[in-house]
Amino acid sequence: MTLRHQNRFLFCVCLATLLLLASIADLPPRASAGAQASSGNNEKSLLAFRSVASVLTSPRCLNCHSSYDGPLQGDDHHPHAMNVRRGPDGKGSSALRCFACHQAENGKMLHSPPGAADWQLPPAKTPMAWKGLSMGELCRTLKDPAKNGNRSLQDLVPHMDTSLVRWAWNPGPGRTVPPLSHDDFVSRLKEWIDTGAACPE
Amino acid sequence: MATTRLFVNGKPRELNIDPATPLLWALREQLGLTGTKFGCGMALCGACTVHVDGNALRSCVTPLRAVEGKRITTIEGLSSDLSHPVQRAWLQVQVPQCGYCQPGQMMSAAALLAVNANPSDADIDDAMAGNLCRCGTYARIRKAIHLAADLARSAK
Repeated sequence: MTLRHQNRFLFCVCLATLLLLASIADLPPRASAGAQASSGNNEKSLLAFRSVASVLTSPRCLNCHSSYDGPLQGDDHHPHAMNVRRGPDGKGSSALRCFACHQAENGKMLHSPPGAADWQLPPAKTPMAWKGLSMGELCRTLKDPAKNGNRSLQDLVPHMDTSLVRWAWNPGPGRTVPPLSHDDFVSRLKEWIDTGAACPE
Repeated sequence: MATTRLFVNGKPRELNIDPATPLLWALREQLGLTGTKFGCGMALCGACTVHVDGNALRSCVTPLRAVEGKRITTIEGLSSDLSHPVQRAWLQVQVPQCGYCQPGQMMSAAALLAVNANPSDADIDDAMAGNLCRCGTYARIRKAIHLAADLARSAK
């Protein structure tokens, strides 16, 4: 290689290095904008989940979404009177089914059985037990098809619109209701899903 | 007044009463089937248990409209000649003391044996948990259910 060729080669190497450094120098601002957008969505998602969780951890939800082998009752989550059991399908034991006492509508008298169509607990194989979970654990359980009744995130929305879930907002005399309205709850659930379904640590 | 049609102890029946009337009162007052008892009126004691399409149900909180077209079996319909294994076992073990809750106990026991021919003590406890007995005949009830299961098996 002649000296002239060597100089031309060095010039090309220097030029390529400068261009590379310039492009690297240009990268951080672009990456930072993406991260900010993502972080904004993440915050929105976490906030939305916090609202969703406030409903999921209310007594009307937790009394059935429990790891206890039967339903719970009251705001203090005591075991269901007469020690009734979940049964394999979540609808009671073989000869003491939930519908033996729970009708399609609430009993009118104080302490009479509440009711809604298809009254049941989650089945024994997937009890979807939320009681005692941290916010992060609850969130991951909700997202995991192996633990949420084989539901996609989108499938969670119609579940929250079943008559049994809606019953939580019309639980009959003497029972507290979740902290959000049903419309707000579903809207926050959709927002959580649409913003990436982020989970707290 | 709306007409409710149902089958009670194998017979078709038509009732022209308020469809919100609890099934218990239709059975006792309209059809004269007084074997089914009123206990608490709130599905808390099990004295009013009947079968609806084979399932044990508390008739005191079941509105008539909920059983339109369904098959109802009361204690009178278990068998007319005391040949049902539960009836035979109850007599043999002499289960009742005052007897008030026993029609409900027997209907729950029959519903259990219909789905579980050989129930364990735990199965019996789970199935009978909603039937209360102020006389405390639970030990004899459990013994009678085991006997009824034996009688049903030996009859086959």
